Amino acid sequence: MAITHREFDYIKGLIKQEAAIVIDTGKEYLVESRLMPLAQKHGLASVKDLVDNLSKRDNQQLVTQVVEAMTTNETSFFRDFYPFEALKKKVIPDLIANRSAAKELVIWCAATSSGQEPYSLAMLIKENFPQLATWRLRIICSDISEEMLERTRSGVYNQLEVNRGLPVSLLMKYFKQDGTRWIVKDDLRRMLEVRLVNLAAPWPHLPQVDLIMMRNVLIYFDQVTKVSILKHAYDQLKVNGVLLLGSTETTINMNLSYQVQQYEKLSYYSKL
Amino acid sequence: MRALVIDDSRAARMAVSRILKSIGFDVVEAENGEQALDILNKDETITVAMVDWNMPIMNGYEFVKLVRRSDKFREVMLVMVTTENEMSQVVKALSAGANEYVMKPFTDEVILEKLEMLGLRL
Ligand SMILES: C[S@@+](CC[C@H](N)C(=O)[O-])C[C@H]1O[C@@H](n2cnc3c(N)ncnc32)[C@H](O)[C@@H]1O
Ligand SMILES: [Mg+2]
Repeated sequence: MAITHREFDYIKGLIKQEAAIVIDTGKEYLVESRLMPLAQKHGLASVKDLVDNLSKRDNQQLVTQVVEAMTTNETSFFRDFYPFEALKKKVIPDLIANRSAAKELVIWCAATSSGQEPYSLAMLIKENFPQLATWRLRIICSDISEEMLERTRSGVYNQLEVNRGLPVSLLMKYFKQDGTRWIVKDDLRRMLEVRLVNLAAPWPHLPQVDLIMMRNVLIYFDQVTKVSILKHAYDQLKVNGVLLLGSTETTINMNLSYQVQQYEKLSYYSKL
Repeated sequence: MRALVIDDSRAARMAVSRILKSIGFDVVEAENGEQALDILNKDETITVAMVDWNMPIMNGYEFVKLVRRSDKFREVMLVMVTTENEMSQVVKALSAGANEYVMKPFTDEVILEKLEMLGLRL
């Protein structure tokens, strides 16, 4: 049973308000297919019943679950490959040179999803920058979804997930196996600090950071929200700090202060 | 670039071949390790072999060991593509000289990303 305009508009408004995510008209099927399982889980017969429940506005947990169901969590280890090559060959070496006096590096993965991105970064650092072992290194990872944060904390991946993008030598080195589940070893897991941050709401107190990975999340927001988040991120960066976006995202034409840099295929953004 | 797909299952060979062809590889197929060695010996243009583990006559693990014994094939990349998913098996294949490892079932992205890791995307 297809959802009505009223239900679609209600969900669209709710998701916009809670997470700044824009659901385009024509995505009715998406709302339906993502929310039907949630409705059933709550013993409801339809998305309409779910919307009726939501509009009572007395169940914040249900709102959270709807937001989580509507977010796209698609990710993989070393996603897109070349940004990680650039991190390895250019971005992190430059940061290390810049911060050699303080010996401190703070990294923020601002849309961690199930954790493949921060774990990729942690492995990349361990493999290529052993000197950082004596530095104060923080990898803060955040997301709007508590469910995704829990996945990041647990570091448990299925076979298909570890097949994707992850060199097998790193799988052997940093994971242990439990049947068809692969679990990140504790020393790597302990490198991550996991916290809830809704990018579209006022941010909690965060330290000034050297590197922000904010990949494949701005695409879901409208232009005004994008600009405001990118401004905010600029303020959060230390001088010479770097912002990395997803392959289809950019700060260009937004009249922002970032300096656009290029390393091979990767554009990244510096605060000078 | 030329690739060799080795699997005793025709369906599995087709699945892997299709992905390789989609990014411009020329593909040659073999049903077991012995046939594959034969092809590899005659065709010096092969840059990568996708190798199933369980096959009659000569299995993929034996094939990898034999290939790595010869200096002639030093540059050929070997990717295991198999239902063997135990860590001990993976380690065994790697120490025999496999360069990468794909656990079946896989998606197109898995294969493409593995090739990229090995510097083989065209
Ligand atoms: C497609 S994933 C990107 C994951 C990873 N950064 C990558 O590039 O592979 C998008 C993530 O953004 C999160 N997200 C969506 N809206 C958000 C918001 N308002 N604040 C923080 N995270 C949000 C989703 O929960 C999801 O985990
Ligand atoms: Mg077989």
